[in-house]
Amino acid sequence: MSRRVLAVLLENEPGALSRVVGLFAQRNYNIETLTVAPTEDPTLSRVTLSTDGSDQKIEQITKHLNRLVDVVKVLDLHEAACVERELMFVKISAQGADRAEVKRTCDIFRGQIVDVTATAYTVQLTGESGKLDAFIRALDRSAIIEVVRSGVSGISRGEKVLSA
Amino acid sequence: MSETLSGADMLVRALQDEGVEYLFGYPGGAALHIYDAIFKQQKVEHILVRHEQAATHMADGYARATGKPGVVLVTSGPGATNAITGIATAYMDSTPLVVISGQVPTSQIGTDAFQETDMVGVSRPVVKHSFLVRDCAEIPRTIKTAFHIATTGRPGPVVIDVPKDITDPAITAPYDYPEAISLRSYKPAKRGNGRQLRKAARALAEAERPIIYSGGGVVQGDAGPALTRLAHRLGAPVTNTLMGLGAFPGDDPQFIGMLGMHGTYEANMAMHHADVIFAVGARFDDRVTNNPDKFCPNARIIHVDVDPASISKIINADIPIVGDARSVLEELDALVEAELGKRPERPAAAAGKAWWGQIGEWRDAYGLDHVMKPREDGVILPQQVIQSLYRATGGEAYVTSDVGQHQMFAAQYYKFPEGRRWINSGGLGTMGFGLPAAMGVQFAYPKATVACVTGEGSFMMNMQELSTCLQYGLPIKIICVNNQALGMVKQWQDMQYSGRHSQSTYSDSLPDFKTLAEAFGHLGFRIDHTSDLDAAMDEAFSAKLKDKVVFVDVWVDPDEHVYPMAIKGGSMRDMYLNKITTSQQGDYM
Repeated sequence: MSRRVLAVLLENEPGALSRVVGLFAQRNYNIETLTVAPTEDPTLSRVTLSTDGSDQKIEQITKHLNRLVDVVKVLDLHEAACVERELMFVKISAQGADRAEVKRTCDIFRGQIVDVTATAYTVQLTGESGKLDAFIRALDRSAIIEVVRSGVSGISRGEKVLSA
Repeated sequence: MSETLSGADMLVRALQDEGVEYLFGYPGGAALHIYDAIFKQQKVEHILVRHEQAATHMADGYARATGKPGVVLVTSGPGATNAITGIATAYMDSTPLVVISGQVPTSQIGTDAFQETDMVGVSRPVVKHSFLVRDCAEIPRTIKTAFHIATTGRPGPVVIDVPKDITDPAITAPYDYPEAISLRSYKPAKRGNGRQLRKAARALAEAERPIIYSGGGVVQGDAGPALTRLAHRLGAPVTNTLMGLGAFPGDDPQFIGMLGMHGTYEANMAMHHADVIFAVGARFDDRVTNNPDKFCPNARIIHVDVDPASISKIINADIPIVGDARSVLEELDALVEAELGKRPERPAAAAGKAWWGQIGEWRDAYGLDHVMKPREDGVILPQQVIQSLYRATGGEAYVTSDVGQHQMFAAQYYKFPEGRRWINSGGLGTMGFGLPAAMGVQFAYPKATVACVTGEGSFMMNMQELSTCLQYGLPIKIICVNNQALGMVKQWQDMQYSGRHSQSTYSDSLPDFKTLAEAFGHLGFRIDHTSDLDAAMDEAFSAKLKDKVVFVDVWVDPDEHVYPMAIKGGSMRDMYLNKITTSQQGDYM
């Protein structure tokens, strides 16, 4: 079992995403994160999804995704070098002596404070999922008010491209 | 300058341009504009069914018998949901259907309007693809695309959901029917990879204990003759899946019967002991493999399928080949010929003799002839019904079946001469499939002999279609293997639940099928003694009754089981051979 990231080019049609999501439910595959948005070509959407499974399971997922008529291409980003990033906002209670500590932790992780009130900071953090997890661990759990993560987006390094 | 038509007229015109002969359907509010357009033309004949499930099975039977897509029209809501079982049946067996469903007007979608169901959503897991039409101008291209997707690659059902405002006669658009469609996201493979084909040819030429395991893909791909040529060149035994029967002639000496859960002893033993398995158009279904961990331990597996997702799904393929069955088999035949030419002495031929000797021993020990023991008291065995049917029809009938013991007996005992003659719900196992499917076949081939082998349980799931048979003069012969119980359920309860027949019997409340058939305007016979069986069967298929529906209600031994039967969790060689013997006690382990 290993975590894998798949990039999927999809016709930007109504219902196309529901077919992708439905496939995972129907075949008992797991979706850990999912992001989707149109590409520079507005007729195409690009999905990045992370899942886990054996090599054989990932191969089956890839084949079944390819079988969907709306799916133009599928790429397992972990087959070669890739860049993966995730965006996270964390609203953190920041009062009294803790206020400076939160700021310091945020700086260490190269987070940006994007909103401030008298009692809280909202921090924006970008990075690999592991770094985001580490930031959460570094905070005092009781200080965390709210967390939102975008899910992974990824792209191959070098010349390799995913295009129609 | 193209014509300007309403959405409803475009839809019907597109079906005409697609060459559709029959549209199986049932009207309702959301489909009425389309029904009005149908009324105004003659080219596409609409067949009025009595239940939408039957419409999908009829279209499915038509498609399986002809290779052409079956087309269905239903209304929204219950019309659409009633069609789902038939769509799922077609999906599991990969038959090409185009199902058009009416939908509530676009402005009402999502409001829980009268007879509203999200058809695209409800059908999504059981279709190859689906469309919701958003503009009447899209209709020609949508229909062309639907037919293209349904009939190419691994075929399957496609749903087109059409909101009522889209077919409004007052709204028109230019009609241009596209000649062809090309989709960037859908390009089914046709030819197999050359390197893989050469590897497969070598493996087959060198095999000492080869077996050809062919499935529904060979039937669907009209690759039976190509398969037969290759099999004869190799001299290898051929086994067919339930869906693949007929693709290789059932009376050919190289045919060793169906394999799998109720496959012949020799076919399952040969699979287990093979050194090379050549699987084509088959998907290593759980009803074939038994426990995948114990599956055929000594075999190298060559797997040909048009759908890459079928390959290495259950059983890992050593030589995977993605491609159309016919193209692959034809190319492979030439390569095998060359490979065999390089081996004039061919040590494999000597080995082949030993292999056939072994298969012959298996067949002599526990072949079907030895599994069935005719009774001396005149009580009919279900197997004898199929033997009698085979004899009376000279093996030339189109045979559809329902689901259960009668289906397995038909598969075991009727020897099909070619593909598309045996039509049954193998994947989904849909009871109620047989009669409407037979009707679809009869529409396709009005002069052909069409027999529906059914059981009293399955038959009662779609018997309302007897009325449709009368309306369209479809002379189906219905052979009801009546064991007064849900026989296969009862068999499992006998074997696995200490004979507790939970909800599987109803012998005190069966209708009199003879008078039931008569009430629908047909003929009915009832037989319960072996001495009457052949005569009744001959009469049912006689020239005198060739224009009549005949319901032959054959009362059979209610306690007969289907054997062989795979032992759950075992390998392919692990079988019950009759009520007291298993292959594990046999001599050929």
